[in-house]
Amino acid sequence: MKTCLVVDDSRVIRKVARRILEDLRFHVEEAGDGLEALTACRKAMPEAILLDWNMPVMTGIEFLRALRKERGGEAPVVVFCTTENDVEHISEAIKAGANEYIMKPFDGDILHSKFMEAGLLAHEAA
Amino acid sequence: MAAALADTDFAFVAREVKARSGLVLTAEKSYLLETRLAPIARKESLASVAELAAAARLRRDERLIWQITDALTTSETQFFRDKAPFALLRDHVIPHLQQAEPQRRLRIWCAATSTGQEAFSLAMMLDDLRAEGRGVDAEIIATDISERLLEKARAGLFTQFEVQRGLPIRTLIRHFEKVGDLWRIADRIRAMVRFQRFNLLDDLRPLGMFDIVLCRNVLCYFAPEQQRDTLERIAAQMRDEGALVLGAGESTVGVSDAFAPEGGFYRRLDPRRAAARVA
Repeated sequence: MKTCLVVDDSRVIRKVARRILEDLRFHVEEAGDGLEALTACRKAMPEAILLDWNMPVMTGIEFLRALRKERGGEAPVVVFCTTENDVEHISEAIKAGANEYIMKPFDGDILHSKFMEAGLLAHEAA
Repeated sequence: MAAALADTDFAFVAREVKARSGLVLTAEKSYLLETRLAPIARKESLASVAELAAAARLRRDERLIWQITDALTTSETQFFRDKAPFALLRDHVIPHLQQAEPQRRLRIWCAATSTGQEAFSLAMMLDDLRAEGRGVDAEIIATDISERLLEKARAGLFTQFEVQRGLPIRTLIRHFEKVGDLWRIADRIRAMVRFQRFNLLDDLRPLGMFDIVLCRNVLCYFAPEQQRDTLERIAAQMRDEGALVLGAGESTVGVSDAFAPEGGFYRRLDPRRAAARVA
């Protein structure tokens, strides 16, 4: 079973994401900000990270840049999940090493579709 | 709860919609009527869908009947729907056709294109090939029975929800620009597609000949005899060795001998070979 670390300062969003990801057969871990996420990754690198942008202590983009410098930090597939929905933010995220990008609000369909784009799920009927 | 349609009105709507679009409206699908037709009833200041159906029947109102047909024909679509057919076209079908006749412009037809996602997916794919130095000279004709859907397709504007289904983020950034809350497909992609209102049940000959035809998730709504008739008429508009792509649950097998299945798509057979197979 693959692990997905859900990084968001909103407990509600984490709960919604957990429910969808568990349906997609992920083991889910949670972090409330970038620093908590980095600590979790140093303990055990997850296969996937669902990452909010705006968070206290350490933002998503700061976390991503730090993660990619860690040993083994290039491995996790990182999917941003944020209300930032302009081209500049998206380009910045890709440049920093994000694999996919979800613009909030999202639902199960979008998360499923994006995880598939990122190669985290087998393509159906392919 | 809204009053149900009178049997005569349901039969009338079902018959008229089938005659215009091929869509078979069974009693089990009558739930569609309420959700899809209520907005029309409201717009026409009629109290219910039952009244709308009765009005269409009693007045023999062509405009109303077309609006009903339009609303009932399914428009579910998404970018790069099912993925596999697009990879197949890109890596197999198109190179094969191009190799056979390098100088000729390929003609691609998206039948029942809905709001344009399929046609634009093809155009983006061709544009990416060009960027990789594997350019293909091709023209895309996208048709649909519904003027309402084509209007949306021509505008090339999609909601944030629509661009997040089937579209990788890098593809979005490369081929769209953000306009307020919406995303607009790049002019160079839009210019690659010609949208045209067209009913699959009409004479297909004015459309000309095609190398590739995508007719996905359309035939499954047709009655068997109409499926066969439509496939034969599509076959007549395809060059030999041309490729037909159907929806995931559809097949020409047992319906038409004009095609041979070839791992994910259907190869248009040379009519002489097809005749030999039958004989």
